[in-house]
Amino acid sequence: MPARYTRTAILLHWLIALTMLGLLGVGLYMTDLKLSPAKLKLYSWHKWAGVTVFALALLRLAWRALHTPPPMPQAMPAWQRRGAEAAHAVLYLLMFIIPLSGWLMSSAKGVQTVWFGVLPLPDLLAKDKQLGHFLEEVHASLCYGLMALLVMHIGAALKHHFIDRDDVLTRMLPHR
Amino acid sequence: MHPTLPLALLCLALAPGAASADEYAKLLLDKSRVEFTAKQMNVPTDGAFKRFKAQIALDPASPQTGTARIDVEPASWDAGLAEVNEEMLGKNWFDAKQFPTASFVSTSVKALGGDRYEARGKMTMKGKTRDVVATFLAKPQGTNLVLTGSFPLKRLDYGVGTGTWGDTDIVADEVQVKFQFVLAQGK
Repeated sequence: MPARYTRTAILLHWLIALTMLGLLGVGLYMTDLKLSPAKLKLYSWHKWAGVTVFALALLRLAWRALHTPPPMPQAMPAWQRRGAEAAHAVLYLLMFIIPLSGWLMSSAKGVQTVWFGVLPLPDLLAKDKQLGHFLEEVHASLCYGLMALLVMHIGAALKHHFIDRDDVLTRMLPHR
Repeated sequence: MHPTLPLALLCLALAPGAASADEYAKLLLDKSRVEFTAKQMNVPTDGAFKRFKAQIALDPASPQTGTARIDVEPASWDAGLAEVNEEMLGKNWFDAKQFPTASFVSTSVKALGGDRYEARGKMTMKGKTRDVVATFLAKPQGTNLVLTGSFPLKRLDYGVGTGTWGDTDIVADEVQVKFQFVLAQGK
């Protein structure tokens, strides 16, 4: 069993982590803005970055299929292991369904997603005002769920590092 | 004066205006549409003008006598997003209070072969007039004639989308106007 994550896994983890935090921040900020060129720009970048997270999450899933992640510390009680596994499973799920819900919402609102202004994604839903509004709420609720989970995830990582003094955090940090 | 002369003169006087048997000039408004596609951040965004009037006459046998006048109420535009609709009414965009109508008035119509035609005319919006060229198809459908076509216009030519909206990297200058007019025979 490896003691650390591979460079690829670490790179993907932190790329997604930073993009995700940026997306959450921009998402909270942009929705309250009055319509302006800046707002349109932010929405487009938000969508492009969200699609990017989806693509990176696919790569992470492929990594998981090909590698065994380092085991959890021996000292961890069984309930904590199960909790950590469940939390990670839900985090993976959210990396896919949050971008997906945003993409579907865009379609329903009649604003196609064109990745970086170059690659048009197909509109999976026809324009439908009510459905668009519903998907907006779904997208927002999932994001609040993600925020709660991230607080747990970061809190747990810090607890492992500073209280349990194990390698759970350091094995995911960039190294030489 | 010859007794039939007044009648002959009357016929002459009416002739240019009289609808030939094949002229279509009765607009079926509920089957007609005026729409547009604008591009924001390279994303095509559609909308429609809900209120417009049109007087169109076309005889496919002599298209050069065809005429069209179309008056659109910019305030009636709908892109499906409330905040966008509202923004468009403002001074930077249509300034709908000051300029309640945008019009197209044809200057010439000609056949391009097959069912295809070309209408040239003057487009007036926000007090500015520009020449536009629209190509369209005219296809019989039952007893009606269905005109479908489009033409590009540059929004900044008309001062539509000024101020910070003048940045064409955000909203493209070129807007595609699309239309369908269904005409019944007769006046």
